[in-house]
Amino acid sequence: MQIFFIVAILVLGFLIVFQIAKASEYVSVLRGEEKSRQQNNKVNAFLLLLFLIFGLIGVYYCNERLEGKILQFGSAASDHGLLIDRMMKITLIITGIVFFITQIILFWFSFKYQESEKRKAYYYPHNNKLEVIWTVIPAIALTALVGFGIIYWFRITGEAPENARVVEVTGSQFKWEFRYPGKDKKLGKKYYRLISADNPLGQVWDDELNHDDVYGTGELHLVVNQPVKLVINSKDVIHDVGLAHFRMKMDAVPGTPTTMWFTPTKTSKQMAKELGRPDFTYEISCDQMCGSGHTRMRGTIIVETQEEFDLWMASQKPSYVKLMEDKQKNEVKTDSVVAKPIAQTEVKK
Amino acid sequence: MHAHPEVVTTHEVHHDEHHAHHKETFITKYVFSQDHKTIGKQFLITGIIWAIVGGLFSVLFRLQLGFPGTKFPILESFFGHYAAGGEIQPEFYYALITMHGTVLVFFVLTAGLSGTFANILIPLQIGARDMASPFLNMLSYWFFFIASIVMISSLFVSTGPASGGWTMYPPLSALHDAAQGSKAGADLWLISMALFIVSSLLGGLNYITTILNMRTRGMSMTRLPLPIWAMFFTAVLGVLSFPVLLSGAILLLFDRNLGTSFYLSDIVVNGNILPNEGGSAILFQHLFWFLGHPEVYIILLPAMGMVSEILSVNARKPIFGYMAMVGSLFAIAILAFLVWAHHMFVTGLNPFLGSIFVLLTLLIAVPSAIKVFNWITTLWRGNIRFTPAMLFAIGFVSLFISGGLTGIFLGNSTIDIHLHDTMFVVAHFHIVMGVASFFGMFAGVYHWFPKMFGRYLNRTMGYIHFWVTMIGAYMIFWPMHYQGLAGMPRRYLDKSIWTNFNVFQDLDKMITVVSIIVFAVQLLFVFNFFYSIFKGRKVTTPNPWGANTLEWTTPINPGHGNWEGEIPEVHRWAYDYGKDGRDYISQTEKPGANESSH
Repeated sequence: MQIFFIVAILVLGFLIVFQIAKASEYVSVLRGEEKSRQQNNKVNAFLLLLFLIFGLIGVYYCNERLEGKILQFGSAASDHGLLIDRMMKITLIITGIVFFITQIILFWFSFKYQESEKRKAYYYPHNNKLEVIWTVIPAIALTALVGFGIIYWFRITGEAPENARVVEVTGSQFKWEFRYPGKDKKLGKKYYRLISADNPLGQVWDDELNHDDVYGTGELHLVVNQPVKLVINSKDVIHDVGLAHFRMKMDAVPGTPTTMWFTPTKTSKQMAKELGRPDFTYEISCDQMCGSGHTRMRGTIIVETQEEFDLWMASQKPSYVKLMEDKQKNEVKTDSVVAKPIAQTEVKK
Repeated sequence: MHAHPEVVTTHEVHHDEHHAHHKETFITKYVFSQDHKTIGKQFLITGIIWAIVGGLFSVLFRLQLGFPGTKFPILESFFGHYAAGGEIQPEFYYALITMHGTVLVFFVLTAGLSGTFANILIPLQIGARDMASPFLNMLSYWFFFIASIVMISSLFVSTGPASGGWTMYPPLSALHDAAQGSKAGADLWLISMALFIVSSLLGGLNYITTILNMRTRGMSMTRLPLPIWAMFFTAVLGVLSFPVLLSGAILLLFDRNLGTSFYLSDIVVNGNILPNEGGSAILFQHLFWFLGHPEVYIILLPAMGMVSEILSVNARKPIFGYMAMVGSLFAIAILAFLVWAHHMFVTGLNPFLGSIFVLLTLLIAVPSAIKVFNWITTLWRGNIRFTPAMLFAIGFVSLFISGGLTGIFLGNSTIDIHLHDTMFVVAHFHIVMGVASFFGMFAGVYHWFPKMFGRYLNRTMGYIHFWVTMIGAYMIFWPMHYQGLAGMPRRYLDKSIWTNFNVFQDLDKMITVVSIIVFAVQLLFVFNFFYSIFKGRKVTTPNPWGANTLEWTTPINPGHGNWEGEIPEVHRWAYDYGKDGRDYISQTEKPGANESSH
């Protein structure tokens, strides 16, 4: 019923508009085409001016309404994020100036130079001096933007510092999995054909580096003020690790591991306090469309102090240790089922 | 530089014979026509149909975005299990956005825009009786038509159309198990795209050949109207870059159906371990964007050319800096080939390579800035007539400024790390490429409609169309930048589980309502278009806008061959408006003895 009304209103609206349009055509025939054209011209010139004024008010209003909902420049929770915020601010200032000047001139000229019997159009085909000016000025402004941009870009994408903690992030439809190295601070090898229910990342158990690696899913733990280097993988399609509050992002590409590093500078608790939102959590969004569950591919990050992290880490059991315990239990009962993947690994190697 | 006289003469002879020997039937006149004007109209009308379809898709997915969880039972009666319970299902949502992008980028703003106006304007404005190869031109349309049929048919396969996004990144689009749309839908998408590429290559080669060889006497390259220059660079871009997409699409078809590993490596999908190793998913992105970025300019350049023409005609002033306008088109066309990897800053691209692409990308802002300043200077001290075409041209400039400036954010890799794949990108390219090009297209339709059909579009409906679309476009896309600045990813159909993005629900509702209104007004335009073909006010003078270019020297309803007598000779450039106190001086007029030189 509701739909019926909406359709009826739309059709009615169409008919009214159409009748007005027809009528105006007849009126213009009666009054003389030239005259009605001139009147239309005045109306539209005035509307262009109104559009400029209300457009500028709209830009201001929109900003007032939404400013509080965006990530504030300078509020980034990582060192690299602050660089990106700064770059955004510089770009916003330069483009903002250009935006206001050009839009105002465009609509102002349209209004001011509307057709008038008193004025003749000025024959002005070119002026080399002017054209050089507005080639050189944008070129200079852009050189500055490129310069800053590239300096920051190399700082952000450069080698991670030696003391950076390595954490592996693996995306798959539609979840995030993490792997932390143990005391050896190194991740063990893995091979995708070993992936199975009890070896979700395909770790190669022959590699001793794997024996103390800790596996987690959904929630990533990071230490505040300690550089972290994420090694990013995907098991199936391309995903993307999007960390809005750290202003970081990197694709997860199957077959081609990628990396990114940064230093978180605010713990989750600090951030919650700063934003005045006790429920605040850092979120990992999947930013590269990955299928029907793309919207649900959410992970969270807890940034905590070293002590808190150590405490959490101590409570985790490396996957290998878990597997071995299970195996022993099973061996006591019956012949092992779980041991099979391990046997396979040995054959493969 | 004169056109080859032999070519022109032989062509004329051929034309006369053509008319002497056979009469045109309905089929040869309207269906398998070889007249460039009819082919142009065929492209336009097919484009309009596609635009309605693509626009309707966007309204459907906006319903989901604006009112998640609300039930619209009517959707279920139309779309069955895709909208089970009246709610758009995720698979269907992704199919909708994929088809929306594909249809509007390729079928409307490439075929519908270039196909229409290159066909109609090139022979008319350079003074030729038809295209260099009318037959290939006809084939170009019919390949497009078949591509359309294949794409439409993909909407009716049981697993649905392609749903991997209009960019079709593998492995999502390569693995049958990764998504419903990656089953038969993706194959049909790829086949349709291959046919489409053939169409656009046939068209493009024809446009280039025609412009280079078939200009009338006196029409040197530097006297060409700007739309022709724009169509020329557009065709060159298309001819050089579309084949790369074709190769990318064919390799993807191989990966999908023949077990090759061009794009696939180390994959476990749905619990199955795939044997493919050694491929690179990123390779496809390189191949795709090597077309994909020039494609943006394939869409934009024709609009720029037509806007330049329309601004000049209606300001009653020459376009300011003609040579700079041509030069900037050239610069944009060259740079368009050298910036594709700015779509790939966060794929793990070598940072050094990234920095080169930053430099080249931001360089494009220089010729773009020249164009904007020249357009604005064209308005300065003019005597402006606000026809609907002129309003759309001014709207184009405004949108091009807004969308171009946000490109400076995204082109800078440092900022792109944060904004990549967020709603900011959606806002940026919809304004600068989508809506702006549509404005160029509307401007062209309003301006050249009298030439196409011998009647005017209704002006009042034109004004309503413009104002609602202009205000609506800004209301829809301006606030989207803020969603992007909050880090909200694009292609999310429901934000409720995201504690940092769900603050925008009200905004999404507003955007949805506005987009429905804007869509309704586009239907008003479509109505105006078809109504005016048959019932519009008749054109009574061959040159209704007082324009200089050659198309207005043809009869009001030109037949196949365009000019009844000889093709006129050209003696001057196209922009002598307001010179020596005269309102306009047609290109065919010889220079007067006392005429000042510019």
